[in-house]
Amino acid sequence: MLEFISQNVFSPLTAFLLPSAWQPYAVYTLETVTKIVAILIPVLLTVAYLPYAERKIIGYIQNRIGPNRVGFFGYSLAGIGQPIADAVKLIFKEIIIPTGANKTLFIIAPILSVAPALAAWAVIPFNDTLVLADINAGLLYVLALTSLAVYGIIIAGWASNSKYAFLGAMRSVAQIVAYEIAMGFALVGVLIAAGSLNLGEIVRAQEGWFIHWFWLPLLPLLGVYFISGVAETNRAPFDVAEGESEIVAGFHVEYGGMAFSVFFMAEYANMIIIALLTSLLFFGGWLSPFHGIPYLGAPSIVWLLLKTSFFLFVFLWLRATFPRYRYDQIMRLGWKVFIPITIVWLVVAAILVVLEVPPWFK
Amino acid sequence: MVELLVFYFFGAVLVISASMVVTIRNPVFAALFLVLCFFSSAAIWLILQAEFLAIALVLVYVGAVMVLFLFVVMMLDINIARLREGFVKFLPVGIIVALLMLVAMSLVITSGYFNREEPAIQVSQVAGYSNTTQLGKALFTEYLYPFEIAGVILLVAIIAAISLTMRKPRSNKTQQPSLQVRASKKERLRIIKMKAEPKQDAGGQSS
Repeated sequence: MLEFISQNVFSPLTAFLLPSAWQPYAVYTLETVTKIVAILIPVLLTVAYLPYAERKIIGYIQNRIGPNRVGFFGYSLAGIGQPIADAVKLIFKEIIIPTGANKTLFIIAPILSVAPALAAWAVIPFNDTLVLADINAGLLYVLALTSLAVYGIIIAGWASNSKYAFLGAMRSVAQIVAYEIAMGFALVGVLIAAGSLNLGEIVRAQEGWFIHWFWLPLLPLLGVYFISGVAETNRAPFDVAEGESEIVAGFHVEYGGMAFSVFFMAEYANMIIIALLTSLLFFGGWLSPFHGIPYLGAPSIVWLLLKTSFFLFVFLWLRATFPRYRYDQIMRLGWKVFIPITIVWLVVAAILVVLEVPPWFK
Repeated sequence: MVELLVFYFFGAVLVISASMVVTIRNPVFAALFLVLCFFSSAAIWLILQAEFLAIALVLVYVGAVMVLFLFVVMMLDINIARLREGFVKFLPVGIIVALLMLVAMSLVITSGYFNREEPAIQVSQVAGYSNTTQLGKALFTEYLYPFEIAGVILLVAIIAAISLTMRKPRSNKTQQPSLQVRASKKERLRIIKMKAEPKQDAGGQSS
C-alpha cells in the first residue's frame, strides 16, 4: 500500500514541486514520514486508551466498576469516551508556570520525556519484514533511548523551583541509574543467547514453540528485566518519584494541562515499549506458541500484540496488588539483589551457549 | 551532499554547545550543554557508520554519567559571583594548560593519522558488515591485553571510590532491610494469656 501511495501521490507531487535532483530525497522523506505516522497513530491511540483500561481493570480488581459514564451520542458504552473527554479537558486547561521557575527548561522537560519514548519505536520490528529502521544495534538503541527518559524528569524537577518536585526528581534519578544497570545486564544475557543486537535477529533466534523461546533459559533475567522495566517507567510499586503520600506528585507537581498530560503520555508509551520488548526478547515476538500446527502456528503480528497486551495487563495488575516500596528497599533490591543475579546468570547463559544446550542453542 | 549538510549541522551544534559549556554562567545549563555536545558527537559518529560507538556514547555518557553530573550540580548551592573572582590570578595557569593542549592536539593532527588515503571500497559497505562485531573482534583478539588492563584500572578506581566513602566510621543511622525482612513473628510478638478482669461498674459508660 505504501508503494501505491508513493507512486501515485508522492512522486507526481514532488516532480511537480521540486527540481528533479531533489525528487528522490523528497519521496524518501515523505515515505518515511508516512511510515512514522502509521506507527505512531496506533501507539498514541493505545497510550490514550491504556489509562482507561487501567482504571477499568483496577476497578474490577478492587470490586468497583471504574469509569462508565462518558460515551458517544447519549450511549455510555461502558465509558469508552472517557479518554477523549480527559484529553479535551487537559488541552483546554491553562498551563501555569510557577514564579521563579526556569521557563525554557520548564517547557522543554515534558518534550524531553516524551521524545525518547516515541523515538524508540523506530527500531521495533512488528513481524519478519515490518520494521521502520532495521539497524544492527537495535537493542542498544532502545536501551540508550530508555535511559534518556530520566532527563525529562530531572529537568522538570529542577526547573519547577519547588521542593517536592526536586525531591521527586532526585529519587527518580537514583532509582533509574540503579535499575538501568540491572536492565542492561539482563539485555546482555539476551544478546549472548541470540548472538545479535538486531531485534529481528533476536526473535528469529527463538524459532520454535513456547519451550524454544528465551524465557526458559533466561528465566532470572526475564524477572530482572521486567521488574527493572517497572522501576524504570516509575510505575507502582516503584513509583516513589511521584509518591503522592509523601511528596504530593513528585516531579510533575507544578505541571498542569497539556504539559502534565505529555508526562502522562511518556509514562504510558514507555510502559508499552517495555511490554513489547519483553515479548520480543523473551517470548518470541511474533512467533506462535503453537509452532507446527497449521494456521494457528503461523507467525503473525497478532501474537506480538497479544503478548504485549498480557504484559501491559501485568503492569496494571502489579499496581492494583502491591503497596509502594520503601525507598531504601528499592535501592537494596536494585544494587544488592538484581545486579548479582544478572552477573551470575550471564555466566550461566554463556555456558549454555558454549555447550550448545538443546533445544535453545544449536 | 545530504551527508555533508548533516555533518555541518551537527558539527556546528557541537562547536557552539562546547563553547557554551565553558562560557555560560549557570552550571546546570553548562551540564545540559555538555549533554547536547555528546549528542552531536554521537550523531557525527553515526555519519561515519560507527553505530556501536555512537550509541555507547549516548548510553554511557548521556544516559549515566551526565545524569549523575546533573544530580550533583543541581544539589549544590553555587555562588556564581564567588566563582568568577580570581580570573586574573588563574589566567597564567589556564594559558599554560591551553597551550599544552594545543601542542598535543597539533602533534596528533600532523602525525599523519588523519591524512590517510581513502580505501577504494569502504569496509562498512560490504554486505553483512556489523560495526559491533568488528569492534568486538578487534577488542578481544588484537587489543585483548590493553583491554584487560583498562578493565583492571577501572576496577581499582571503583574500589578506591568506595573505600574513600567508607573511610569514616559510620555516623548516620541506617535501617538494615535484610534484618527487617528476616524478622519473624516470634521475635516481635508475644501473646500473653491473662484472666479477664471483673467489670468495674456494671451499666456504666460503654467504651
